[in-house]
Amino acid sequence: MSLIKGKVWIFGDDIDTDAIIPARYLNTSDPAELARHCMEDADPSFAGKLSPGDIIVAGKNFGCGSSREHAPIAIKEAGIACVIAENFARIFYRNAINIGLPILESAEAATFLKEGHQVEVNLEKGEIVEISGGRKFSAVPFPPFMQEIMSKGGLINFVKEKVKINYKK
Amino acid sequence: MGQTIAEKILAKAAGKKEVFPGELINARIDMALGNDITAPVAINEFRKIGVDRVFDKERIALIPDHFTPNKDIQSAEQVKLMRSFACQQEIVHYYDVGRMGVEHALLPELGLVLPGEVVVGADSHTCTYGALGAFATGVGSTDLAAVMATGELWFKVPPTIRIIFQGRLSPWVSGKDLILYTIGQLGVDGARYAALEFTGPVISQLNMDARFSISNMAIEAGAKAGLIPPDAITLQYLEGRASRPYEVILGDEDAPVLQEFKWNVENLEPQVSAPFSPANARPVSSLAGTKIDQVVIGSCTNGRLEDLRQAASLLKGRKVHPGVRLIIIPATPAVYLQAMREGLLEIFAEAEAAISTPTCGPCLGGHMGILAEGEVAVATTNRNFVGRMGHRQSQVYLAGPAVAAASAVAGVIAHPLELGEVK
Ligand code: SF4
Repeated sequence: MSLIKGKVWIFGDDIDTDAIIPARYLNTSDPAELARHCMEDADPSFAGKLSPGDIIVAGKNFGCGSSREHAPIAIKEAGIACVIAENFARIFYRNAINIGLPILESAEAATFLKEGHQVEVNLEKGEIVEISGGRKFSAVPFPPFMQEIMSKGGLINFVKEKVKINYKK
Repeated sequence: MGQTIAEKILAKAAGKKEVFPGELINARIDMALGNDITAPVAINEFRKIGVDRVFDKERIALIPDHFTPNKDIQSAEQVKLMRSFACQQEIVHYYDVGRMGVEHALLPELGLVLPGEVVVGADSHTCTYGALGAFATGVGSTDLAAVMATGELWFKVPPTIRIIFQGRLSPWVSGKDLILYTIGQLGVDGARYAALEFTGPVISQLNMDARFSISNMAIEAGAKAGLIPPDAITLQYLEGRASRPYEVILGDEDAPVLQEFKWNVENLEPQVSAPFSPANARPVSSLAGTKIDQVVIGSCTNGRLEDLRQAASLLKGRKVHPGVRLIIIPATPAVYLQAMREGLLEIFAEAEAAISTPTCGPCLGGHMGILAEGEVAVATTNRNFVGRMGHRQSQVYLAGPAVAAASAVAGVIAHPLELGEVK
């Protein structure tokens, strides 16, 4: 699970949540429906052409704009295995960790990788390898606290355990 | 070493003497908010946690404001889910159509968010309450679920970027122009992960409605919060309104900040942000003459009474340009009622504007004024991203209510001073 292999799709800087999942589709929170419109206002053909396991690579401030968790949900449900960006907007960053969508911050990888590159990502080590040329990049490590949330599969499981302990007290 | 207002509020909520930028803390939450887009997801996640009751039924606000009055069956289902959850959990602050207003206008108006508090909302413009000196920030639905269950949430303490406005504002320049200018200077990620703090003689002169517009758009520079230190104007606003006791928290003068900007805004023109970024802020004169199809005055940024008063003062005795639709959306029922009492609604109707019931509506491309392919709007809202108000090929120019009203009359983007005498 912590090893991902997939094809790269490139997006630019400041990809906002309206581009990731336009508000006109937010009258539902059905993940499958959201996935059908993933990245629609950035690239209307995107949901039709991606394969499960593919990887989004973007520039700076990915996921800026609204707090809609529907954005990482749409990406995750569409089958995107992980998002690599130069950096992320803060609410998107929280949301991705909370729902268990793998994200990695690496300015070098974000600059080097091109559309169609095959990439292998080791989430535990935060390592990104471009397969054909062998270039290796390391992502900014997550603080231990966030690693714990991610290892439990998201915030809900994390809170569930905390609540159980509190109830026992 | 001194602490900023953001640090002091977070330290108090975390039960610590002081906290430092970068530190991860667990903070007690004073108020948590969800809307008809984000709350349904949060409610489903809440049910997975395994607690029966929310942490405090008085400290959760559920406001169905985005697609309401329900625009279609799916929206109606979302609100129904919220309503039944609110009922089952006896959530005190659930407001349905008729009592509902745009959340970030409604909560302060009802005195539900207060100085010194930590407020989270599953909506990015939760930062609006920074205008009252609260540490208020947007989170996701899963975060909201966790807060509803535990009353706590983790935060990374942000560094502070301080902005000091000096000088005196020209006529027709207000809070919205200051924040558009700020975002233009900082860029959409210039304050990423940081808390913005707005101070200086210009801020001291502004009424609360103008201050709410400023804090509202802190997120558009990537900021986690947008704080304005409480003063006499804040306290006056809270008199007879605050729903519970509160403690004003102010920062220390010598608190270290990440960056400090001193801007003299003496000759600042009204600002307009061109598509497709709030950071594309320009003086209105540089965009004057741009042809438009629609004008929207409303939203959590500029749907308050002062905004409507400004618009009405320009629309009085004038007519909306025949090529333009003007849609005015009072942000809350109280704003609506007061606008009616003051005769503002009559001025709007006589100018041939459409007046809507409170809703987010077109602000996020939901309903009540969606743009067709190629159409151009001036809006007092806060985002002009691709497709935000409708078709991918439509455009939104962001402005304050004065420029919006003037443009509605002129049929093109216009400076309020250009309107000339009322005939
Ligand atoms: S008015 Fe617009 S920005 Fe404000 S809460 Fe509603 S949709 Fe969001």
